[in-house]
Amino acid sequence: MKQVFNRPESLKDVATHFCPGCHHGTVHRLVADALDDLGLRSQTIGVASVGCSVFLYEYFDVDVIESPHGRAPAVATGAKRARPDRIVFTYQGDGDLAAIGMSEIIHAANRGEDITVIFVNNTTYGMTGGQMAPTTMPGQKTSTSPNGRDIRKDGAPFKMAELLSNLDGVAFSARVALNSPKNVLNARKMINTAFRYQVEKKGFSFIEALSSCPTNWGMTPLAANQRVTDEMIPYFPLGVYKNTANL
Amino acid sequence: MSTAAAEKIFIKGNEAVAMAAIEADCRCYFGYPITPQSEIPEYFARELPKMGGEFLQAESEIGAINMLLGASAAGVRAMTSSSGPGISLKQEGISYMAGSELPGVIVDVMRSGPGLGGIDASQADYFQATRGGGHGGYRIVVLAPASVQEMYDLTMLAFDLSDIYRMPAMVLADSVVGQMKESIIANPRPQTLLPEKKWVVRGRGEGEAQNVVKSLHLGDGEMEAFHWQMQARYQELADKESRWEEVQTDDAELIVTAFGSTSRIAKTAVALAREAGMKVGLMRPITLFPFPQKAYAALSERCKLFLDIELSTGQMVDDVRLSVARDADVAFYGRPPGAGSLPTPEELFEQIKKNYRAVA
Repeated sequence: MKQVFNRPESLKDVATHFCPGCHHGTVHRLVADALDDLGLRSQTIGVASVGCSVFLYEYFDVDVIESPHGRAPAVATGAKRARPDRIVFTYQGDGDLAAIGMSEIIHAANRGEDITVIFVNNTTYGMTGGQMAPTTMPGQKTSTSPNGRDIRKDGAPFKMAELLSNLDGVAFSARVALNSPKNVLNARKMINTAFRYQVEKKGFSFIEALSSCPTNWGMTPLAANQRVTDEMIPYFPLGVYKNTANL
Repeated sequence: MSTAAAEKIFIKGNEAVAMAAIEADCRCYFGYPITPQSEIPEYFARELPKMGGEFLQAESEIGAINMLLGASAAGVRAMTSSSGPGISLKQEGISYMAGSELPGVIVDVMRSGPGLGGIDASQADYFQATRGGGHGGYRIVVLAPASVQEMYDLTMLAFDLSDIYRMPAMVLADSVVGQMKESIIANPRPQTLLPEKKWVVRGRGEGEAQNVVKSLHLGDGEMEAFHWQMQARYQELADKESRWEEVQTDDAELIVTAFGSTSRIAKTAVALAREAGMKVGLMRPITLFPFPQKAYAALSERCKLFLDIELSTGQMVDDVRLSVARDADVAFYGRPPGAGSLPTPEELFEQIKKNYRAVA
């Protein structure tokens, strides 16, 4: 009998700490699939960030550096410059990448560092308990925006995939979602492309993955999944925003 | 290929740092422009690519220290440099490096502060350097050059100690030794026996175990165990690596103590005192962490009066007082750093005379 579905070799056979209905596990799976598909596991350096993504090394069977909050793109830059023949990726949440780490991500992207950044946007700080993130949507209630995000006071959410696509150093920038089988399959393709571009030394590649956070949204997994469909995707449209192969 | 030259060369302190680093096989430099250390990144920008190394001007001091973290984790000798305001910004990264047991060299060419302060010589970052500087409770190796030759030699030593003890190492210089030119011998890299870096994150390869560089310890007892392990390492560092220079301390009835550029002015003042027939010596710590406590304790068994001189309102004096015998006195003379506050040898000689009366 032929086995057609397996745990990727790049993932360890362990249970994750992620909450029921959270999309982090799916993103992990797709990144591992890409590393397996491209045969990169043994030459990959993962860079973990601060937040729910910090336990990257517990789940991925690759070498990992843990970085200070927001600094993963700088840490990845150092690792890649030191070992340009290795595959280096960061895995960061929205608070990490688009708030405290905005300088590091913008400059790494602008330098066209040959790294891949996996950005998980769930519109909130997950690990610290659901505070307002730079991607929290207008009117969205969080523990630090109890009356809903007021864009006149807090600014509008950052649309990172679009923002980074304006930089010349960026070879690939796409936004994906994990809310349906169709979107998961597409996300798998996009993540694979992002890593392939790094292998081909095309420059910086960026994937923004819209993710649910049922716990901090105060929703059931199904309702949270529905929120991705009904609220997030209309505000954060899916698609490829930059692809140097098409230029 | 070696860049070392056996003959004497005339070179600026900051350039000597960069030259020594390249000789010590430093192959990645990450930095951000700040006075009075900009000759360091400028030298690397010019020379490192010739050696196949990577020079990168970072977007910020924070970016630079984290690039150093990444390159060190990947197993390459790497460094960054800055001055006070920039070193403050780097403290987050230094704490993470200390927590992750990562080597890496940080050069601080001190300028006056607090805040933007000024660009003149200062020794007021002694506390920041020797007490860890960032959060969480840790120490790093701190070396204090007093000459351009030592800018060269101690930079190489910083790389070795950092690799051997798996902790960041700082060269704590100031704008006097950074900016002045002196003749030095650019010695070749010493053949130090270095431990194999089995912990390096470089892609695990086939059949190798996963390597993780991290500072997060959540398991019961893990964090405490880490700290005890580091305390043992600091003790080993103190036992094996404490370095200092003594001048005419054998018969001294008063021992002047100072580090870095201030120790040179003090040395001249001690010579003036000797000419005047006073039994005065000089004790100059070269390692500020580990502080040469045992050497001070030994000196204070015989000599009961010390005069600590600093270009600050008094920081190292705390360590001197903690190190000497209980019946020894430690006087202090210092001036806050800033334009025009560098003391003259005559000024220090007056302080020696004032304190010497107590023992004469």
